[in-house]
Amino acid sequence: MKFKDFGKKTVAALAVAAAAALPVTAQAEADFAGKTIEIIIPFSETGGSAKWANFFAPLLSEAMPGEPTVVVKFMPGAGSTKGANWFQEQSHEDGTLLFGSSGSTQFPYLLDDPRVKYEYKDWIQVMATGTGGVAYLNAEDGAKYDGTANQLKDVDFIYGSQGATRLDLVPLLAWEMLGMNVEPVFGIKGRGDGRLMFERGEATIDYQTSSSYLKGSAALVEEGKAVPMMSWGALDDSGNIVRDPTFPDMPTFKEVCEATDGCETSGDAWEAWKAFFIAGFPAQKIMHLPGDTPDDVVAAYVAAFDAIAARDDFAEISGKTLGKYPMHTGEMAQGAMTAAVSVPDEAKAFVVNWLEEAYGVSLK
Amino acid sequence: MDTFISALPALASAWDLILQPLVLGYLVLGVVMGLAVGVFPGLGGIAGLSLLLPFMFGMDPILGLALMIGMVAVVPTSDTFASVLMGIPGSSASQATVLDGFPMAKNGEAARALSAAFSSSLFGGLVGALFLTLFILVARPVVLAFGLPEMLMITIFGLSMVAVLAGRVALKGLAAAGLGLMLGTIGEADAGGNLRMATYDIPYLTDGLKLVIVGLGIFAIPEIVSLLRQDRSISKTTTLGAGWVTGIRDWFKNIFLSMRCSIIGVVVGVIPGLGGSVVDWIAYGHTVQTTRDKSRFGKGEVRGVIGPESSNNAKEGGGLVPTLLFGIPGSGSMAIFIGAIALLGSGQIEVGPNMLKSNLDITYAIVWLLALANVVGTLLCIAASGGIAKLTTIRFTYLAPFLFMLISFAAFQSGQNFEDILALCVIGLIGIFLRRFDWSRPAFLIGFVLSNPVEKFSNQAFQIASFRFRKGFDQGMDYLFSPIVITLLIITVISVVLGIRQAKSIMSEGESQSGAKRAPLLFLLVIATYLGVAVFDASRIPDINMTDKIVPLVIGGIALLCCLILLVQMMLAPEGHVLFADRELAGEDANATYGLWPTLAWFGFLVLMTGLLGFILALVLFLLSFLRVRAGASVPRTLALTVCGIAFMCFMASTLNRDFPPGLLQSYVDLPWPLR
Repeated sequence: MKFKDFGKKTVAALAVAAAAALPVTAQAEADFAGKTIEIIIPFSETGGSAKWANFFAPLLSEAMPGEPTVVVKFMPGAGSTKGANWFQEQSHEDGTLLFGSSGSTQFPYLLDDPRVKYEYKDWIQVMATGTGGVAYLNAEDGAKYDGTANQLKDVDFIYGSQGATRLDLVPLLAWEMLGMNVEPVFGIKGRGDGRLMFERGEATIDYQTSSSYLKGSAALVEEGKAVPMMSWGALDDSGNIVRDPTFPDMPTFKEVCEATDGCETSGDAWEAWKAFFIAGFPAQKIMHLPGDTPDDVVAAYVAAFDAIAARDDFAEISGKTLGKYPMHTGEMAQGAMTAAVSVPDEAKAFVVNWLEEAYGVSLK
Repeated sequence: MDTFISALPALASAWDLILQPLVLGYLVLGVVMGLAVGVFPGLGGIAGLSLLLPFMFGMDPILGLALMIGMVAVVPTSDTFASVLMGIPGSSASQATVLDGFPMAKNGEAARALSAAFSSSLFGGLVGALFLTLFILVARPVVLAFGLPEMLMITIFGLSMVAVLAGRVALKGLAAAGLGLMLGTIGEADAGGNLRMATYDIPYLTDGLKLVIVGLGIFAIPEIVSLLRQDRSISKTTTLGAGWVTGIRDWFKNIFLSMRCSIIGVVVGVIPGLGGSVVDWIAYGHTVQTTRDKSRFGKGEVRGVIGPESSNNAKEGGGLVPTLLFGIPGSGSMAIFIGAIALLGSGQIEVGPNMLKSNLDITYAIVWLLALANVVGTLLCIAASGGIAKLTTIRFTYLAPFLFMLISFAAFQSGQNFEDILALCVIGLIGIFLRRFDWSRPAFLIGFVLSNPVEKFSNQAFQIASFRFRKGFDQGMDYLFSPIVITLLIITVISVVLGIRQAKSIMSEGESQSGAKRAPLLFLLVIATYLGVAVFDASRIPDINMTDKIVPLVIGGIALLCCLILLVQMMLAPEGHVLFADRELAGEDANATYGLWPTLAWFGFLVLMTGLLGFILALVLFLLSFLRVRAGASVPRTLALTVCGIAFMCFMASTLNRDFPPGLLQSYVDLPWPLR
């Protein structure tokens, strides 16, 4: 992308030039004074993406040139494909439209859901954030866990799941690759319900995203009611899976897989797991602009998100929402998106086939 | 005991936190905003909290909590206005209030109904807070004792209320509930993602129907249309009789009922995953069962208002337990509440298990802020009720267009789809016919509300039970038949037996005449056809996804069986039998000035024009033509009222940051807001 060379001065200069060239319509003016920026979230007010957008809205308002009003708008429906399809049809007007996608928007796209009429590669990414996840076992079965799944293979597990095509695809596939026998109970409403099911002893295995793990499940581990098994890991700069910075003492799935008989960190299954892991966790939530947005507007947003990341208090205020995971902006966000939506055809075919065979899920 | 004593200092410091002028000021501000939002049907706490969210960032925690709790606490109080005065269920918490509240308003007793409702709300809120103060300390193990079989059993208990509300012909009530359950399964199945009576070509259907829309369609539209046809005011008498003092006296006479229903509210509210939508029905059923003279239910029995209203405010308190202790929101507004708490201050309050350990004072502050907000909100509502009750004396033709406007706005405010208002229209039509042929609408709605829980809990409980049975027969039996399950089972059986015995005397829909066979028979056939198609549709889901097909198959099959028995009965019964109830034969509807279809056509006109021109332009045309032609208003008056209506709509939409659904026109021409 070209915009990475632009400093703030260039933006200002361009803005002045644009303003001079188009004094009335001023389409490419990167001053947002008096304007209202809308962040479109394709989920309801009550979800995790709403929380994420509501966190960034006031910060973005302060950081954008001209301190515009920033509002969050919700467009839920059809598993977030309604909002994404709508955004696909929007074109640049005055740079006040942002779209916040999530893993739940990425997954239908990767799985060729018939409702998907959007194309990630048409959009311009300005910011991306990620998270991690931790899998844990109940105390009884956890006693058999020795860093490998070898002794867990003849245990029957039960797991509260939101659905095989959701983010739960990542843990389900991981356990499957380890040769574990995990029976999902589908149809719970959120991971919180899954944890409750685990606490009641109805489920015997569970996973939570990093922040929920720290908030709810870590206490169970302390009380001896749960045993942490592995984290999904995090991505380093060259795209390798490394230990999660939030849980440096916990082995990653990759490590456990390597140590477990019959689990391989190469081949279609592994590539598929890795691709869906990236789409669901390290590049979970992405902020996009319409594809035809002029460079100066893009640069203004990237600069604003950079400024947010550079705030002295950012680590403190973002802890609850983002955890220790970095916020990517500009070209890095672009790269995160590319990694998130590039799945080799064989890997995709593997997942589609596995979903069909294991859970009878067919996306028409 | 030690637990309670050690909590006392936290309770004291909670009061220190609350009793500051600034905190109380914010609480009152929140209450006033909550009242303003809650008065409008369909705009619940979710819309209100979304308004506050932008200000929460970095705000002093106790001030932010006061503001938000003030807002959330009064919504179940203020939505009573719409339920009682207009027959519109303001939110899912006040559906049962409509059954007796609205008939009271029609009898000219609006003020009495309102003040009885508000007193009950206040009392419920206070009982809830008191109960929580003690209970929250020991709540964790109690909440964890409620597993899937227990939740399934509570759902079935809720469903058993159908027995009380089934109406004069029990089979019809059962079939109505079955229809509600089946409509609730439309869309993508939660478990396996298979589609039921939906297609990916119509994405709207894959999400299923929303409770707001079904509630408005089933209760509000039939009442609005019926009143509009009669061309009168809501109240039959022009002078409003019994006033608000009588209402308070009514409540005091039934204080024990109010107490019991409050406890029901807290207890059901505490259980995560059930939500509050069934609480008011359980409370209503309980009220009916414990009332000696049941003849007045559905016609304006004040106990029918006191019961549900006592429970729905108490429920908000109960809902705090899963929210604060487990970080699991009991409702949509609680989900936003959790999100907003993370924004407060520097995010030091963390909902979850730590609320009891490190933040007990904040927890207590939340509980008692809720109680205090109830007091302030109720006093304001009672003060306003006398004046607002006068609305019932206005000629209804002047109110109706604005009610159509409001419920359309309410219907699409969650999704901003044109389909929302189309669905409202279709469900409204179903509601009109259910009412006309005396099929219990409460039974239908209970079925719809509980459709998802019934399916989810039975599938999940079955799956886990079979998992346990594989480990050992004892383990499976222990899991399924815990003491709680057995207790609930006994309660349910008693309630059903009593209910069936009493049902015949309870006319939740008021009186109706019976007559010729043709129309009721035709309606039965339409319902049976839909059920048949839905069952066939479910049967085509592959067997590997048994979880997605079993409930529609079983429920649909039972409902279909009811319809077939009814069909045989109808063929055998003579004309004029109770089976052939038809409101178009005698009574208010039959003597109405205007016919059903011309009246409904007005709403159809608004829907059609919205599809063509977008909502605001359609509304301009609708208001102008309705007021001028149907209401016969003078030109200046027509113009003035239209301008007021449109201005109000734009104000609401811009404050709540909503767009209106676009029509065909908008896909060709780029128009400025609010026309776009």
